[in-house]
Amino acid sequence: MERHFEKELAALKEEMLLMGGRAEAVVRKAVEALRRVDVALAQEVLDADRIIDRMEIDVDDRCVRLLALQQPMARDLRFITAALKIVNDLERVGDHAVNIAQGAVRLAGEPLLKPLVDIPRMAELAGGMLHDALDAFVRQDAETARRLCARDDEVDALNRQVFDDLVAYMVGDPRTVTRALELILVARNLERVADLATNIAEEVVFIAEARVIKHHAEDDEPGDR
Amino acid sequence: MRLDEEVASVVGAAPVQDRRPPQSAPPPETRIRTQDFDLFYGAHHALKSVSLEVPANSVTAIIGPSGCGKSTLLRSFNRMNDLIPGVRVRGRVELSGLDVYAPATDVVELRRHVGMVFQRANPFPRSIFDNVAYGLRLLGVGARAELEARVETSLRRAALWDEVRDRLGRSALALSGGQQQRLCIARALAVEPDVLLMDEPASALDPTATARVEELVLELKSRYTIVVVTHNMQQAARISDRTAFMMVGELVEVGETRSLFTRPRQKLTEDYITGRFG
Repeated sequence: MERHFEKELAALKEEMLLMGGRAEAVVRKAVEALRRVDVALAQEVLDADRIIDRMEIDVDDRCVRLLALQQPMARDLRFITAALKIVNDLERVGDHAVNIAQGAVRLAGEPLLKPLVDIPRMAELAGGMLHDALDAFVRQDAETARRLCARDDEVDALNRQVFDDLVAYMVGDPRTVTRALELILVARNLERVADLATNIAEEVVFIAEARVIKHHAEDDEPGDR
Repeated sequence: MRLDEEVASVVGAAPVQDRRPPQSAPPPETRIRTQDFDLFYGAHHALKSVSLEVPANSVTAIIGPSGCGKSTLLRSFNRMNDLIPGVRVRGRVELSGLDVYAPATDVVELRRHVGMVFQRANPFPRSIFDNVAYGLRLLGVGARAELEARVETSLRRAALWDEVRDRLGRSALALSGGQQQRLCIARALAVEPDVLLMDEPASALDPTATARVEELVLELKSRYTIVVVTHNMQQAARISDRTAFMMVGELVEVGETRSLFTRPRQKLTEDYITGRFG
């Protein structure tokens, strides 16, 4: 017979996965809203984010309750403390999606500055990282989680690329400034989504191996940044 | 220890790389050591090749399911098992390097150095003062002034003095359960032991009294070496520096408490402390 506590843990995991799925979806939707300059779709992002926010509060509550009432140890304890951080990260993903959607709304009514290539690519990468981080979480797969952290570099590189390209636009034609800045902000938000996916992966390694890899904690060389 | 290292170690994780040159600290002194120690109750093999080190001035907790041998192991440290007919031992138990089971060992003297407190407080049916003074008198301390001074010191060390200073002549049996237990601790401390063995010292106490005994244990470790047998894992986690997990007479795992409860090495240990046993 499954213990009450294990049922609670399973329910917690389930809710986190649902929340993760929503976070993935809302990022996709926000970028789509941007690409199509679709204000109605942007509004859907805002509504979806509110649900994500409520889920964070619910998961927090479940975690605190489990800590207080069950005094979990070892892996269970690591899982619950990591869960608190992961849902915090997922809620932030939702916020970044909202930022992107709001950028889409502000860009509405103006022609697209340029066909979007790098930004959708960033969205694809960041979304993929988020998906894989959640997947690694489900399977407690530290190996997949570790590999994920390296993919953040590609997103960072694209972010810098977008920045450089748009700066060139702004220098060339001051009338493009508002639109260019909006797009720079969108890229920044996607870069943050990738970072948050990396955070989640680091938490997965912690749960599975009781090892802290965040902030390059495992690197040996001094001055290695 | 730096704050970040302390935090990292609490959650059972390796600390962030410390790039300062390592300073070698002296290795901690071992107060009790058992080496391949076996104990039989007649045909029943109660302790199986137990090898354990108890560092001086620390609190070591022994946990494990009922019948795992933790109380038997505890009693082996001061040969209280000798009182049980049919007991046979094999292997070594050392107190500060000296073989406790050597034929020349004065068992009474041993039990003075390795005191014991039990689950149910067992004060003598005498006054509070006489309880604490009893061992001292047996040791030949007769002078009233010295007795009074040492009784007071012991009661202070057991965090009981303030509550009983005005009624030392009253019967110990009139004290509350928690007070009686602290009196038993004072009684053990009066004869200046090196080690204090505690067998489920708070099981019979309410939460407040339990908390006081736990606080006391933390205070006492600066002076004494303490070994606590407990079935309460949270208690072991709260008060001990090291925890030993036993099962069916065997020592499964022993380690720093903060590591054992956050990332145990053995699956059996993990299953026990997460409550996934039978």
